[in-house]
Amino acid sequence: MMMSAIESRRAMPVAAPSTSRLGGRLKRIALHGAVLLLCVVWFTPVLSLFVTTFRSESDSSLTGWWHAFVEWRPVLSNYVEAIYLAGVGRSVVNSIVLTIPTVLGTVLFSAIGAFALARMRFRGRIAVFLAMVGFQVLPPQLVLVPMLKFFLALGLTGTFIPVWIIEMGLTVPFGIFLLYGFFASIPSDLVEAARIDGASEPRIFFQIILPLSGAVLASLAILQFMIAWNHLLIPLIFLGSGSLSPLTVQVASLAQTNAGGLNTLTAATFISVVVPLVLIVSLQKYFVRGVLGGAVKG
Amino acid sequence: MSSQILQLFLGLLAVPAMAFAIILPGELAIRRFSQKRQSSLRPWIWLSPVLALVGLVIAYPLVASIVLSFRDASGSNWVGFRNFVWAFGTAMRPVLFNNVLWIVVFPLLTAMLALSAAIMLDRVKYERIARTFLILPTAMSFVAGAVIWKMMYTYAPPLQPQTGTLNAIWTAVTGKMPIAWLIDRSINNYALIFVAVWMSIGVSTLILSAGVKNIPRELVEAAKIDGAGEWAVFRFVTLPSLWPTILVVLTTQAIFSLKVFDIVYVMTNGSFGTDVIANKMYSELFVRQNLGTASAIAVLLLILASPVIFMNIKQIRSEGGE
Repeated sequence: MMMSAIESRRAMPVAAPSTSRLGGRLKRIALHGAVLLLCVVWFTPVLSLFVTTFRSESDSSLTGWWHAFVEWRPVLSNYVEAIYLAGVGRSVVNSIVLTIPTVLGTVLFSAIGAFALARMRFRGRIAVFLAMVGFQVLPPQLVLVPMLKFFLALGLTGTFIPVWIIEMGLTVPFGIFLLYGFFASIPSDLVEAARIDGASEPRIFFQIILPLSGAVLASLAILQFMIAWNHLLIPLIFLGSGSLSPLTVQVASLAQTNAGGLNTLTAATFISVVVPLVLIVSLQKYFVRGVLGGAVKG
Repeated sequence: MSSQILQLFLGLLAVPAMAFAIILPGELAIRRFSQKRQSSLRPWIWLSPVLALVGLVIAYPLVASIVLSFRDASGSNWVGFRNFVWAFGTAMRPVLFNNVLWIVVFPLLTAMLALSAAIMLDRVKYERIARTFLILPTAMSFVAGAVIWKMMYTYAPPLQPQTGTLNAIWTAVTGKMPIAWLIDRSINNYALIFVAVWMSIGVSTLILSAGVKNIPRELVEAAKIDGAGEWAVFRFVTLPSLWPTILVVLTTQAIFSLKVFDIVYVMTNGSFGTDVIANKMYSELFVRQNLGTASAIAVLLLILASPVIFMNIKQIRSEGGE
């Protein structure tokens, strides 16, 4: 029904019938021109980064990156320097260590919470749900000082544990919100039938709810992957810019100190964005669903 | 390196273990109870991991930050409202002013550009490809965006070759002097804000595109039959139908402007009059090691964000009490 409405709309002429054919045509050209301009403006900075990673330091100091299209003299030294000398190789490992448990935990905790809120009836359910809605927009700065004191007291700073826990805690309210609607829409008959067959609650969760929710769980996972992979503040504070620094912290410190030069920095930056870029292009459907699920519907 | 790998395996085991540490034993424990007792205890057993996590990471820090904001630099003595007096004092005033600029300019510019993009993309056949171009920056970290735009804004003195994209275009097209985008105080805050706009358009466009596609086609057709031009359709049909969605975009971006940190930290680190609240908090915490003023800034952020928090809660409640 939704789809057919969109399809039929596509088939309609866009220009209003009252406008003259020439006017309509000019309008179409202006429209395509504007969209093209927008795409070019939005893509040029990404392209400039990519091209600069293959240029030598001496080329870059004399001419802009676009000269690579006039005179193409690619070098790989920037990547070699970034990975071996600027600590980016190590940071890739750190980013993975930071991100994977965070994503796993966020999906698990959100699913458990959403299961309780969407499939069980109890007093205080609505209050808990509304608290999750409120917590979603809390500025993360608020958690820094108390969490720093807490994990210092436990002697856990300088490990990944505080970062996993904080990143999970900051996203789980959103995760519950995102999964809630989907979990609530799973037909009760399915769950009741299993219950009559004697299935326990954990069994229902693992064998009915989770397998049916693959797509929405993937949406949450990809969103949290981007958030955790791209965050600067939390790892900066809890892991510092030493041997445990993930890519964001490493790139930020290279950018601030200017150590290693501009071209090494661009290679480091490109290495830091390549995984999320590939993910967002290849899994765009899940990303879009996650963004819309969190923003439009309650 | 091996310690990192060890921690990764530890995390992959410990995180699921934490999630189910209470649920599975809890389910076993309540098995002997009556059906009624089971169903009244079960929700809290299942909620316990989330309540523990959110309690530790959000609720406890919320209360602790408020307490610490009334205490001194080391958190050991009460100082009354001194930290807040400082937070509104002369040292903080330019910083607060910058955040006001962010809160006004960034959401409006993002919403306006995203709305135009959503409406235009809805009318072309290659919408998906064009949308992908707009989303690309969204996938990157703000750190990466900041590095990219530091290059775009590169300034070289006049008569030297301009290697920054913007100054190369600017000097070639206008023949005027190059602009020091990140240093010139009349423009540098806007230069930083634009980086955030560049990175945020993707998500805002996605949200508004969904809204545009939800506008009933009959409404638009009816208006056109009544003789409404493009502008009138936009003004009296598109804009009112999209208003709730636009509000979502505006409030989300306003919250973002409150806590903006990465872009400023990497591009100027707050110099040349570009400092913002979150960056100031970082320097209070780590450079000056003052827990009191850092917490006061955090509480200030909470107060500024609270209207949006309550608006969202109210909105969800009105959508059916859930």
